[in-house]
Amino acid sequence: KVRSNIHNVKSVFVFIYSDPRWYPARQSLTLDPKGKFLRDEEILQSLPVGTTATMYFKDLGPQLGWTTVFFAENIGPLLIYLLFYFRVPYIYSDRCAFTSSPHKVVTMACVCHTFHYLKRLIETIFVHRFSHGSMPLRTIVKNCLYYWGFSAWLAYYINHPLYTPPSYGEVQVHYAMVIFAICEMGNFSIHLSLSHLRGDRSRGRRFPVPSKNPFTWLFFFVSCPNHTYEVGTWVSFSIMTQCLPVAVFTVLGFIQMTVWAKGKHRAYVREFKDYPAVRVAIIPLIL
Amino acid sequence: MASSEEDGTVEEKENNNKKRTKSALTTAWLTFYNIAMTAGWLVLAMAMLRFYIKKGTHKGLYRSIARTLKFFQTFALVEVGHCAIGIVRTSVIVTGVQVCSRIFMVWLVASSIRQIQNEESVILFLVVWTVTEITRYSYYTFKLLNHLPYFVKWARYNFFIVLYPLGVIGELLSIYAALPFVRRSGMYSMRLPNKYNVSFDYYYCLIIVMLSYIPCKETVCLEPTFKLLQTSFSCKTHLTHSKGSKLAVRMRSINKKVIGSISSISENYG
Repeated sequence: KVRSNIHNVKSVFVFIYSDPRWYPARQSLTLDPKGKFLRDEEILQSLPVGTTATMYFKDLGPQLGWTTVFFAENIGPLLIYLLFYFRVPYIYSDRCAFTSSPHKVVTMACVCHTFHYLKRLIETIFVHRFSHGSMPLRTIVKNCLYYWGFSAWLAYYINHPLYTPPSYGEVQVHYAMVIFAICEMGNFSIHLSLSHLRGDRSRGRRFPVPSKNPFTWLFFFVSCPNHTYEVGTWVSFSIMTQCLPVAVFTVLGFIQMTVWAKGKHRAYVREFKDYPAVRVAIIPLIL
Repeated sequence: MASSEEDGTVEEKENNNKKRTKSALTTAWLTFYNIAMTAGWLVLAMAMLRFYIKKGTHKGLYRSIARTLKFFQTFALVEVGHCAIGIVRTSVIVTGVQVCSRIFMVWLVASSIRQIQNEESVILFLVVWTVTEITRYSYYTFKLLNHLPYFVKWARYNFFIVLYPLGVIGELLSIYAALPFVRRSGMYSMRLPNKYNVSFDYYYCLIIVMLSYIPCKETVCLEPTFKLLQTSFSCKTHLTHSKGSKLAVRMRSINKKVIGSISSISENYG
């Protein structure tokens, strides 16, 4: 039984206006001028209207798919950090162009940072399944400026000729690296488990649960362990490099991820009546 | 059941009473706050005038009023609290940025860099601030007391046309005058190498502040003021038409055709 939904309406809209500019992802249809926009999947019969409906159109501006967005956001920091690591001319003084730092920690930091962003790129291409189609252009520019700018700022200090290695030496670096590796693996496991959940549409909507993988056992305590592991990654990176800009980036990222995690947690609690009560949003037992 | 109904209405009355006392308390506090700030800035204005009349020059004027200025300008932080609690309906961020930029000018530029305190630009922005604040706080006071003289309203909406650019010029010139002294003394700056692998140069920070004046002041000060003008002086906000609403009018006539075809499709298949 075929039922028409909002996406059909949007396609007909493009057809009637014969203007390829208003592609469906760019349209926002609402039943009320100030109301929330209708999702593409909503079936017309289920709308709270009679036999005819008046809809209000809003142009959301140029849109880009999620994959493109994530790709742009992550390729920048990857390449920018390497520019600083290899001390491309004009960043530091001319004497230091194309030299390398005597400290092992600097090389380790580069490896970790590059690995982190490579992992994200691979996840974007192979693992993540994105829900909504797109994101407006302005948001992408803003996000890219944020990520690229911060990575330039922290790469500048870590790869600086006058960099001071951590106060507690090798011990600090090695412990931090272990935690970094654990958090990266944890983050990857959670992403895998979330994408399996999404792919498994046959059993209807379900919330994520711990599996045999020990890294997913954080699901016992937390709704968004991927964010928890991400915060852990950056905390360990800032301890490893002992660099204040990295700590600033960690704090800002933590605040943003807490906001996201709390939203997700609230959505889960609202949607699933049997949602485990012991779970919190991002930090076990606390936040 | 009669008794539970009575309890219900008693509780409602108690809630209403609580709301009324809360709003009476709020109004009382806000009125007191605005009267106090108007008085404070008037005191500043008087002190500045007296100094100028007595000494005939503006040199040393800043030193003489520095403490009062610091007190009243810093006390304006309370306004951010008002927005956060919700007793004043303005965005916390907008108020926060405005108050912070003032506090930055007073504490981190004028008071800490002594060599610029006798500059004309400092006197310029002081005068502008004084006039602006007196107008603003007296406007709020009169509004809370429900008795707004036309002159105060007129002043609030018209003074800023002249005062705003003058204030920006005064502040920018003061920061510009402070630059050589900051560079020479290296104040508020941290250089590499250090334990935390970070550096901060107040000189370049000030330059960035100067450059960001245009975009920041536009979004944080001008836009809210324009919106204020629109909603107060016009009954219908013609200026807030978005692309969406214009298209909505056109859409509605075409929409019936579209929906007609969609509903016929759904009839056939649904």
